[in-house]
This record gives sequence, structure tokens and C-alpha cells, in this order.
Amino acid sequence: MTGPAALCRHCGSPLGGESAAVGGFCCAGCAAAYELISAQGLDLYYRRRCLDPTAQPPRPDGDGVAAALSDHVTALPGGESALSLMVDGVQCGACVWLIESLLTRQPGVTWARVNLTTRRLALRFRPEENDPAAILAPVFAVGYRLVPFDPDRLESDDLRHERGLLKAMAVTGFAAGNVMLLSVSVWAGHAQGMGPATRGLLHWVSALVALPAVVYGLRPFAASALGALRAGRTNMDVPITIGVVLTSAMSLWETVNGGPHAYFDSAVSLLFFLLIGRYLEARARGRARSAVEHLLALDARAVLVIDSDGHRRLVPPRRVMVGQTVLVAAGERVGIDGVVIDGRSDIESGLLTGESVPMAAGPGSPLYAGTMNLTAPLRLRVTAVGEDTLLAGIVRMMEVAEQGRARYVAFAERVARWYAPVVHLTALVTFIGWIVLAGMAWQPALLIAVSVLIVTCPCALALAVPVVQVIASGRLMRRGVLVKSATALERLAEIDHVVFDKTGTLTAGRPVLRPEGGWNADDLAVAASLAVASSHPLARALVAACPDVRSAEAVTEHPGQGLSGCGGDRLGSRAFVAVLESDEADGPELWLARPGETPVRFAFADRPRADANDAIAALRHLGLSVELLSGDRRVIVAALADTVGITDWRGGCDPAAKVARLTTLAARGRRVLMVGDGLNDAPALAAAHVSISPASGADISRAAADLVFQGERLAPLVEAIAVARQARTLTRQNFALALGYNLLAVPLAISGVVTPLIAAIAMSASSLLVIVNALRLSGGRR
Amino acid sequence: METLLMLIPVALILGLLGLVGFLWSLRSGQFDDMDGAAQRILFDNDDDKAPPPPGHRQEKGSNR
Repeated sequence: MTGPAALCRHCGSPLGGESAAVGGFCCAGCAAAYELISAQGLDLYYRRRCLDPTAQPPRPDGDGVAAALSDHVTALPGGESALSLMVDGVQCGACVWLIESLLTRQPGVTWARVNLTTRRLALRFRPEENDPAAILAPVFAVGYRLVPFDPDRLESDDLRHERGLLKAMAVTGFAAGNVMLLSVSVWAGHAQGMGPATRGLLHWVSALVALPAVVYGLRPFAASALGALRAGRTNMDVPITIGVVLTSAMSLWETVNGGPHAYFDSAVSLLFFLLIGRYLEARARGRARSAVEHLLALDARAVLVIDSDGHRRLVPPRRVMVGQTVLVAAGERVGIDGVVIDGRSDIESGLLTGESVPMAAGPGSPLYAGTMNLTAPLRLRVTAVGEDTLLAGIVRMMEVAEQGRARYVAFAERVARWYAPVVHLTALVTFIGWIVLAGMAWQPALLIAVSVLIVTCPCALALAVPVVQVIASGRLMRRGVLVKSATALERLAEIDHVVFDKTGTLTAGRPVLRPEGGWNADDLAVAASLAVASSHPLARALVAACPDVRSAEAVTEHPGQGLSGCGGDRLGSRAFVAVLESDEADGPELWLARPGETPVRFAFADRPRADANDAIAALRHLGLSVELLSGDRRVIVAALADTVGITDWRGGCDPAAKVARLTTLAARGRRVLMVGDGLNDAPALAAAHVSISPASGADISRAAADLVFQGERLAPLVEAIAVARQARTLTRQNFALALGYNLLAVPLAISGVVTPLIAAIAMSASSLLVIVNALRLSGGRR
Repeated sequence: METLLMLIPVALILGLLGLVGFLWSLRSGQFDDMDGAAQRILFDNDDDKAPPPPGHRQEKGSNR
């Protein structure tokens, strides 16, 4: 026998009780996977890998290919076919090696490559030699989950935009380096008496290098500036574009006329710095978004439709028709709205209603997309698809709620709204002032006006936000918080009130056996031995409370009711064990009846997340008020609110009531953070000032939320708020630094004493200052 | 001063070579999986047939 701390030899999850008998494996699936890997001579994998204890263990769950693969296979020229899949469970290089080795040993596979960054698999095979399901079977058997996706749809504009920025960054970086090299010679020449011919040559070479780079690198900024101007607004890109264009034009004019000062280096290095900021920002956001897409795609399961001739096929939920018959296996999420026509089971609708207790379902019960079928397979007749489902109704409510938020204007944008006109006005006044007051000719006056624009060109200002954003979201990503929206951190820093959903957000979403009740250890052992046979969450909770249990023989499960053993022991609902007591249940319960003894009751409660109390205390410490808003029954909500120390709570709220509550709070001027996981929370998430959803939540609420946090603990949430506030402070400091620099430099520029050397030094110094200041945010590891 | 006529083109050409090299490696997908590339160097199964060049662009172009 292995010790209590023994881990499964394949998936690394702890072995408990009787399962240790299977020779060091937690289940038959893991044993088979180990055998498969050894037979291929790939056991190096076990020595190489590093399992992350917090991640889901790579345990084969036997649900096979999740969706029809053939829809996603594309034919390549030369008789090959290609297939792109998302892989769930890849943790380190060893996983990549294992999957690639398993696949390349399959007949017909010409190329298989796993991308560890995006966790995607690209597969190429010869379709006449092997079919994709057979090729992928060993990967499923080892415990990874694969979901096909359409690369054209996912590798969308964002990725192209990111690549475009990277290319522009490379080109301007090359130009900036070389032009700066030439400029240093020119500056040295000013001191040492360089001849005008040599200076002219260096200026011409600079122009040759800089101008194409400016044209190429300015496009992203020019496009955004034009878009803003067309909409009748200004943004930070307007002064950038005008500044760079005027700088380049003036420098070219100086070069043609053999003048002493050209600012090509300023124009190109300004673009280079700004593109670095833009690229890092796009990449950080792209990473968070691809992580969320990954979560979404892995949840999108196909629906098993049974045709009238009994033929079964997997169909994506949106292609199912009303009136068709659908089979929902035990442990599977229902993909459509329908009515049960055959079968009896327990339905968990926590994501939809916030209720933590599963309900019994039998013929005639209506079921909604998003609920989970727990104990037995069900046949459903589809009653609604697409726009008519309850889910689509929630989506519509969410879209309405979202419109209010689209009006939020980022801090940088607000600054740019007055910054651009002020700067351009200053330049204009300078130009007119020199002509009128000093009687200067228009060309030199224009030169001075342009140098004002160069000096005020918001290099540091435009870097101030992206650099802080990148560092903050990178730090949060390491802590398991994905920042999806560009202004999320800014809005998060402004909140003064936190609204929590209950089931799955504040609680773990799993019931736990309560110690009080009339049962003793013997009762528990008997009940748990029956419960081993069931996957019902209450049965699981019983087994968890009694880990060394041996399973009873010949247990029959009566879906929707309970379990019965061979000796006449019965475990289940109060109706199932024929209890006639009339006191109302205050939560989920199970009854155990043994022949000749009075039935005993096991009560359960949904346990709050391990650090819920600490997290709520920490939120209060940050000066936030906390509220609990749940769709569950008032008794249960009250009990939980009491446990975690929330005084302000509301029970029995449907999605509309939640939105109404948030609207009321907003009308009172509160800025609300909504934390929720369910379908019923999605409209409220969209209506809140800012919203966070756990990664275990429904896909629609993860899509509606601004941030997504992973893991079992609430601590990342508190950290996200703290980081957001720190980021806001740093952003403001950076703006102050950048503006302070302008206050110093602008008088110099207006008086006409700024040379390219001074401009270059001032610009680099202010940019570096802003970046260094932002870097202080990354050092916050405790 | 004649050295300038040689050194400036040399400097520019060397810089351009680096730029072209970077754009080429970007285009051929070498920047697609930075985490994976760091791990891949540790695999030592030389017996596996070397995968054909990725041809990222080419693959995308052929999808419809």
C-alpha cells in the first residue's frame, strides 16, 4: 500500500482510500495512459515534466472528441489536410514534447506542432492514410482535451495589428539608431567646425533613412488621429501626427536649403519610443484576450442530436433545430433550451439562477441552456434555439446594460482633449508673436513655432499610460488575473463599492457536509460507502468528508431521488427515504435510512472560498463597502452573509433585479465593482462600473467582465484593486512629470534657443523618467 | 573625409541586414511561440524526422 501522501503516477493528483489499490494510479484511465506512454517509449515525459499543483491534473475523463472534427479540416495543396486545435492541459515543455511525439508517430501525420504560448496545436496529415479522430485518440487518452477552431476567425485583426506595430517598430528602430549616429556627428561638428558640405551630406543621408521610416511608422498614429478628427474629437495621436509631420517637413526644408539644424533624429526616435509603448500594450491585451478565448473555446461543446432514424451526430448548438431530440449525458452541460421527454436526473442550475442545490428533473421538466445534468442521461425535445433561448434574452439585457459603459473616457483621452488645442494654440501664438512683435521673416518664425511643437510633442505623455498599463497587467497576469479591457484598471481604481454574487463567486460552488445534525461516524461511513457510486455533488461532499471510505456493493442510483444499497440502506431526498417530519429544510440535505433505525439527516452548506473572510476584510480596509446580491433563497444568503461578515445582502434576485440594483447604486453616484460568475450575473456585470468574473464562471459572464481571475482564492481580486490604484497614482505622476518637463522646455522653445541636441536630450530624458517611474510598479512582489 | 563615403554606406547596409533578418524571422513565424522556443532546445529526440519548414504565411493563404 502506498502512504497517505501518495500521488497518482500519471496525473499527479493525491490518491485517497481504496483507489490506491490500482497500483499507484487514481483511476483506470490514468493507468491506461501510463501504459500507452510507456509502450511508445516516451516515459521520459514523467521525468521531464513539472506539474503545476494548482492546475487541473492531466486525467483522461473519457469524453473523447468534443466536437465534429471534419468541419474544421482544411485541404492543403499537395493532398495534405490541416487542422488547428486548442489544447487544454499543456503546462510545460514536456507536454509539448509528449503531444508532438505521440502525433508524429501516428501513420499519415506529416507535421504536428504545439504552440506553448497560445496552447494551440497545428496538425498536418494525409487524409487518405488516417482520419483525424484516430490520429488524435492517443492525445485524448493521455488526458489532454482538444477542441478544433477556425484559425482564420481567431487570428483576427488584433494579431495583424500587433504584427504591423512590431514591423513598424523594427523599421523605426533601425532608422532611429542610424539617424542618431549621424546626428551625433553633426552635433560634434557644430562644436568642432564641421564644413557645411559635410553637414549637408550627413543631413541628406539622414533624410534618406528617416523619411521612409517616418512614413511607414506614422501610419498607425495617423489613422487613429484622422479617425478622431473625423468624429469631431482630438486624441493624443493628433498632436503626435502633426508634430512628426511638421518636424520632418521642416527638417527637409532645412536640408534642402543647407540650414544648420535638422530634427530627423527627434522625429524617428519619437516614433520608435511611441511604437514600443503601443506594441507592448497591444501584446499585453492580446495575451489576455487569447487566454480568455482559450477558456471560451474549451467550453463550447457540441450537442448530440438524435435523428428520427436513431442516427446520432454532434452538432454545434447554433445549428440545432426546434423539435429535434437531443441527448444530454450525465455530467454534461445542457446546450439548448428544451423539455425532458425521457429520463430522470438532477439538474444543477447554479450558473443560471445562483441556486446551489441541484433540482430533480423528469419527463416534462423544462431545462435551459447553461444548466448541468448531473446523474443520468436525459433526452430532450428542443423548444427554443438562437434568439429565443433564455440565454439570448440574458445576452440582450446585457447589451442594453453595456451601452452605458461605452461612454467612459480614459484619463489620457481627457488630458488629450485639452492638451492638443493648447499646444497648437501656443505654437500659433509663437509664430504670430515673432512676426508681429519682433518683425521676423515668416520662415525663421515658422521654424521656431515648429520647434515648440517638437518640444511639446507628447512623447512622455503618450508613454505615460501604456507603460504603466503593460507593467500592471503583466504583474496581474502572473497572479492569475487577466485584464481584458483597456480602461479596466483605470475604472477599477475608481470604485467605492463591491457587489458580490454568491454561488461560485463568494463560495466555492460546491456543497460541504455540515458538522451539526444527528449523525455519528458510523452513519457517515455507511452513507459515504453508498455515495461513492454517485457523481451528485451532495454525494461527492459526503465522500470528501469521509476519505477512507470503501464502496458498498451493488449500489443502485435512482436519478433525481437517491441511492439504494443491497442491504436495504437508502440514501437520498426526504421523499426517497420516506421521512414524514415536517420541519422545513434550511439548505441542501440528504437522508440515510437503514432497516430498523430512524433516518438520519446530513445537512450541507456551500462553503465560502477559503480566503473569503480575509478578502472581504481587505476590501473594507481599502475603504470599500461590500454587498451580497444573490439569486438564491434568502435563508441561505443570510447564513452565508453572516459567515463572511457582510451586513448588506439581498436574496432572490433575478438578472433584472440585479441590474436594477446596480442602476440604483450608479444613480446615487456609487462606482460599483461587480464580481459574478453566472449567466444570471452577466447583465449585472455589464451594467457595473467595472466587473470581474472567475475563470470557472459561465462563458458569457467571462465575456461580459472586464477582468477574469483564475484559481480558488479571492486574494487576486484584492490585489487587482491595489495594483489598479497604484497604477492610477503612477499614471498621474507620469502625467505630472511629462507636463512639468513641458513647462520647462516650452519657454526655451518659444524664445527660439532650442537646438536639435537640446530637443533630443530633453525628449529622451523625460521618456526615460516616465518609464523608470512606471517600473516601480513591477517590484511589488511580496 | 573620404572614409565617410565608405563608412556611412557600410553602417547603413549592416543595419539594413539586421532589419531584413528580423522581418524575415517575424514572417517565418519564429516569434509566434517564444515560451515554446525556450523549452524546445531541451528536447533530445534527434531520431524524429525534422519537421518541414513551418511556412506560416503559406498555410494561412491556402485556407480558403
